[in-house]
Amino acid sequence: MADVDYVEVNMANRVKVREQEAKVRAKNFDEVCFGYNEEEAALEASRCLHCKNPKCVEGCPVGLHIPDFIEHIKNKEYDKAIETIHLSSSLPAICGRVCPQETQCESKCILGIKGEPVSIGKLERFTADYAREHNLTEKIDIKKNGKKVAIVGSGPAGLSCATDLAKLGYDVTIFEALHATGGVLTYGIPEFRLPKEKVVKPEVENVKKLGVKIETNVIIGKTITIEELMNEQGFEAVFIASGAGLPMFMKIPGENSNGIFSANEFLTRANLMKGYRDDYDTPIKVGKKVIVVGGGNVAMDAARTALRLGAETHIVYRRSEKELPARAEEVHHAKEEGVIFDVLCNPIEIIADDKDNVIAVKVINMELGEPDENGRRKPVEIKGSEHNIECDMVIMALGTTPNPMLPKNTKGLETNNKGCIVHDDETTATSLKGVFVGGDAAIGAATVILAMGAGKKAAIGIDNYLKNK
Amino acid sequence: MFKIIKKRVLGDKLVLFDIEAEKITKSCLPGQFIIVKLDEQGERIPLTICDYDGVKGILTIVVQEIGASTKKINMLNEGDFFQDVVGPLGNPSDLVEITDDELKNKNIVFIGGGVGVAPIYPQVKYLSNKGIKCDVILGARTKDMLILEDEFKKLNCNVYSCTDDESYGLKGPVTNVLKMLIEDKKIKYNHCVAIGPAIMMKFVCLMTKEYNIPTIVSMNTIMVDGTGMCGACRLMVGGELKFACIDGPEFDGHKINFDEVMKRQAQYKDEEGRALLKLIEGDTHHGGCGLCGG
Repeated sequence: MADVDYVEVNMANRVKVREQEAKVRAKNFDEVCFGYNEEEAALEASRCLHCKNPKCVEGCPVGLHIPDFIEHIKNKEYDKAIETIHLSSSLPAICGRVCPQETQCESKCILGIKGEPVSIGKLERFTADYAREHNLTEKIDIKKNGKKVAIVGSGPAGLSCATDLAKLGYDVTIFEALHATGGVLTYGIPEFRLPKEKVVKPEVENVKKLGVKIETNVIIGKTITIEELMNEQGFEAVFIASGAGLPMFMKIPGENSNGIFSANEFLTRANLMKGYRDDYDTPIKVGKKVIVVGGGNVAMDAARTALRLGAETHIVYRRSEKELPARAEEVHHAKEEGVIFDVLCNPIEIIADDKDNVIAVKVINMELGEPDENGRRKPVEIKGSEHNIECDMVIMALGTTPNPMLPKNTKGLETNNKGCIVHDDETTATSLKGVFVGGDAAIGAATVILAMGAGKKAAIGIDNYLKNK
Repeated sequence: MFKIIKKRVLGDKLVLFDIEAEKITKSCLPGQFIIVKLDEQGERIPLTICDYDGVKGILTIVVQEIGASTKKINMLNEGDFFQDVVGPLGNPSDLVEITDDELKNKNIVFIGGGVGVAPIYPQVKYLSNKGIKCDVILGARTKDMLILEDEFKKLNCNVYSCTDDESYGLKGPVTNVLKMLIEDKKIKYNHCVAIGPAIMMKFVCLMTKEYNIPTIVSMNTIMVDGTGMCGACRLMVGGELKFACIDGPEFDGHKINFDEVMKRQAQYKDEEGRALLKLIEGDTHHGGCGLCGG
């Protein structure tokens, strides 16, 4: 069966993935992880027990047939491996890189009970990369049904919904507000985690190959309204996947001083506008000492970007390290690269000089109190522990609130008290007939894979709606 | 790609472009803005809309050269292209949201300073087309920088032009003219729209507050995406945090902290200066910008 019989398979430990050395990568934007080669992938694949009742599949928001594609890797049947993946996922090279596998598929792996779970993410990535490098394109026969569907936003939710609908025969057009496609994959996640030319663009091209059209520079609700799309342009359904929204700030004194940025702004300048490159025109500021406030994946991305641009970088987080919401791998990588973690510490004021440039952050130490409604222990201020951390730049990575632009300009589209678009959990239908929603626009900031899952769900909802219309 | 149909140099470092942008011209209204991006490497630059023709699909913008990116744009010629033009962004002016009857009860003075004269134009034109007459003060530092005076004179409005250096028209700044109209001509305005440099808007607002004239200003803050995502354009309005791109760009001028706005606008001055120097000096650029150790 497998070609790897001559090597003893280590059931307790996964095959280590090769990475750029921390000291080297802390100074460049090249991808951190090199991924598996064929031998490594085959060896890791042979660790999979191919469970009859695979728990890993239950842990995957898009229900990827994990043991099946891994079996194909073991047998070096890469065309079949990618075919299997494509049944459930349209963006495997991306998911293999940015999914929080440790809390999803890999957390359910039986091997994880005694040792390390199968490295499912790295195997998915290997398959997708191999398929791209060897031009293993998807062969599918699409029977067009002539029905037009519009998708708002070309991020993960939009792309996955577009893929599924195109395969079902729909005539899909994605409208993107920015000048580049990919949504958060392009403006948010940094190059060193998700290469744009090598990975994101080809994945978007794959979606286009299914006949999906993408129009950039079109803001639905502004350039064209949903009403116009449906009444004048013949779209029979619309899927809103407009993504997360406005960056949150702490509302503490001095926060509008110069040198205080949202993570969104900092990352957009770096990733979308390539501000760190000499040949691009958009400026980006980087201090000598940068404080990033927050503990999620976006905070890690911002910190590691600032570090690569030469700053001494600190993460300031109000809970303890155990509660960091970021993926374990990102925290680990950030530490290896030299990001300093100041945990149990919360900013209460920004201190600026007479020109209004930030010179320090006044923080207060915290301790963990009683668990809150989500079971996370609530951070409580320790009185009298205020002190200043000097810095010349602060990045706020506190999450986002929904963007009001589209609901405001769409009559009849209801939002809840948090500003998220109200929808049916099963069908993803909104209060407007024929209009569906998914991803961050529906549930607030989440992950790429949850957005993809929502896109798939919406595709089913839209298909059912249009079939019965 | 968005083609430049017409280019006209209006004054010193001030260029007008007519661009083919059909979709935007069909949906835009006075007070809104667009974002242009010259090429792959270009910056996203927010510009207020100066005029639009929904029938021909032509959008008019005025670009003032203030840094490397705007210098590059102003070197474009008829037949050239912008890689990206997106909009309309921001909210339309309050004036287009109210009824004609309400408009007729308003005695409006528009004040445009420098390139801020351009976004005044579509608002005055909108009123003019409805037969509503207003007063317009056009200000500039020098005669070479005073723009669109002839275009305004073709509309149904009284035009008062002024320059700070007294090289043309009345003696500036615009607040001098405003004071003259209120004090000497005894005109009772009940609405003011001021668009221009933050320092101009600040002093106009100080004056109109004295005379109790509600004043709307348009904030040209730093922006990246222009759709609410980055927060670069944030400003305090009456003690509340607002984003110029989605809450504005027009706000109640009496509620704006202009000193904070001006400090924030200067945030990228060093980087902009370096980029401009690099562009002007071309291959001969070797330092002097304080960054590369030259």
